[in-house]
Amino acid sequence: MHNKKEAIQGLTFITPAIIILGIFVFASIAFSIYISFHKVNLFTGETTFVGLENYIRIFSDSKSKISFLNTITFVAVVVPIQTFLSLVIASVLNAKIRGRLQFRIIYFLPTLTSSAALTMIFMFLFSLTGPVNQIALSIGLLKEPINFLQNAKFALQVIMAMNIWSTIPFFMSIYLAGLQEIPETLYESAKVDGASTSQQFFKITVPMLKPITAFVVLMGIVGTFQMFDQAFIFSGGSGGPENSTLTVALLIYRNAFGQNNTMGYAAALAITLALLIFVVSSIARRINKSESVY
Amino acid sequence: MQKNKYAFILYSILAIYAVFTLFPFLWALSGSFKTYKEITSGSLNLIPDNPTLLTYIKLITVDGNFPRWIFNSFFIGIVGTFINVMFNTMAGYALARLRFRGRDFVLNVILVSIMVPGQVLLIPNYLIVQWFGLMNSYAAVLLPAAVNATYIYMMRQFFINFPKEVEEAASIDGLGRIGIFFRIAMPLAKPAIATQAVFIFMGFWNTFLQPKLYLQDPQLYTLTVGIQTMMSRYGGITQWEEVLAASVISMIPILIIYIILNKKFIQSVRMDGEK
Repeated sequence: MHNKKEAIQGLTFITPAIIILGIFVFASIAFSIYISFHKVNLFTGETTFVGLENYIRIFSDSKSKISFLNTITFVAVVVPIQTFLSLVIASVLNAKIRGRLQFRIIYFLPTLTSSAALTMIFMFLFSLTGPVNQIALSIGLLKEPINFLQNAKFALQVIMAMNIWSTIPFFMSIYLAGLQEIPETLYESAKVDGASTSQQFFKITVPMLKPITAFVVLMGIVGTFQMFDQAFIFSGGSGGPENSTLTVALLIYRNAFGQNNTMGYAAALAITLALLIFVVSSIARRINKSESVY
Repeated sequence: MQKNKYAFILYSILAIYAVFTLFPFLWALSGSFKTYKEITSGSLNLIPDNPTLLTYIKLITVDGNFPRWIFNSFFIGIVGTFINVMFNTMAGYALARLRFRGRDFVLNVILVSIMVPGQVLLIPNYLIVQWFGLMNSYAAVLLPAAVNATYIYMMRQFFINFPKEVEEAASIDGLGRIGIFFRIAMPLAKPAIATQAVFIFMGFWNTFLQPKLYLQDPQLYTLTVGIQTMMSRYGGITQWEEVLAASVISMIPILIIYIILNKKFIQSVRMDGEK
């Protein structure tokens, strides 16, 4: 009798979560798959089954090719750099020196700021008369200012720099937590054996942190593949200049809500992106596992 | 001697990275006190020649929508945090403390939902919000984000690790389940709830895509969406001092919370050894 009461209470307590996640996650996944096989007319609400047409279109659409290329480039550049720098800075912070809490408080600031504000600030920094150009000019690095914001060669790189800069603090904190789990005795015996600081770093710190690195890389991959806010704000939603900031997530948005009749195509792109993220993260996880065999 | 040299290198790295971190913020702050003319003159003075509060005053008093955007961000952030804390804590409590059939299944399903990329949900969520007739309302932003699987799991872990005895004693004293939850469990979970609340508020405050998608009326914009539209509202000429001042204002509430609770922030990213 008492158990039945407890079961009813339990279900009551969890009902709001089940309803929300049921509608906005699980039903939505199914709905998304359904849409991806249909052509949707936003005005009439009419849907027509088109089979694999939306998926086939991904391969023929020149914009989708550009967006996947941009996104993969973005992931391939940002993830290794942010992982490496987070590890280095966390290691330095982990040294028992005074004032490290103060440094951590400063380092954490980018994590607190919205992508909208950060993108605005970075656009200002890299604008024609902005500080980056002016500093480069005054120390003779540039002869004339570069319009980073309108230049297809640099636009994505600015977003990369911003993304690395703003995600390092979070990953750094995760590394710091991991670093504090490494037993001090390992370093002490290495010192007795005459290992240098860099030897200690590569022979103890890096291998001991491998599970953390796997987590950081995975989170990095999942995050960077979905990059949207910065590209949207940077280009005013267009993905320009010359499609250089057009990411898959931005292309999905443009097709879903920008034009008519391409919502099905956008859904197909979204499903493909999700599968791509899943495959790449599985590969990353497997590489990490096989390495540990050696 | 060797040790001093080593410390010097470490401090240099830390200092350089601190400058690197602060650089954008300092320029944003500096620019917000400059005039448009001074910003675009390309001078490299971090301290403005004639610091002026005019841009801030203009934003708050002349700009019709800006104060409203601040209000909208606060409203969505506070209401969204309140709803999330209630629902997440209830769900986490049920998953940890109450036995019912299918509990393990529900837990697994909640964990799976964490891994679904947002892009997949974007289109169906939009259509569902539209069907519910919520388009262009706060509810459109709040409802799909009314619970958060990550924090449900966090609360479950919290309650599982918490001794049961206090609740059992309360139950013997005749307190019902709802009484136990609100009068015993929630107060005990205060630290976990505070962490959850801070991060959920920050999430709502900083979110861009959902309000951009669901709120078309400029009166309803949140700060993030509003700032983004400021970029291009004078036909391609960006009023940098306005954009920077707006960005600075948008950072203030989170910064205040951070100054008060910075240890909590840094530690809660993961259980940090440095307690």
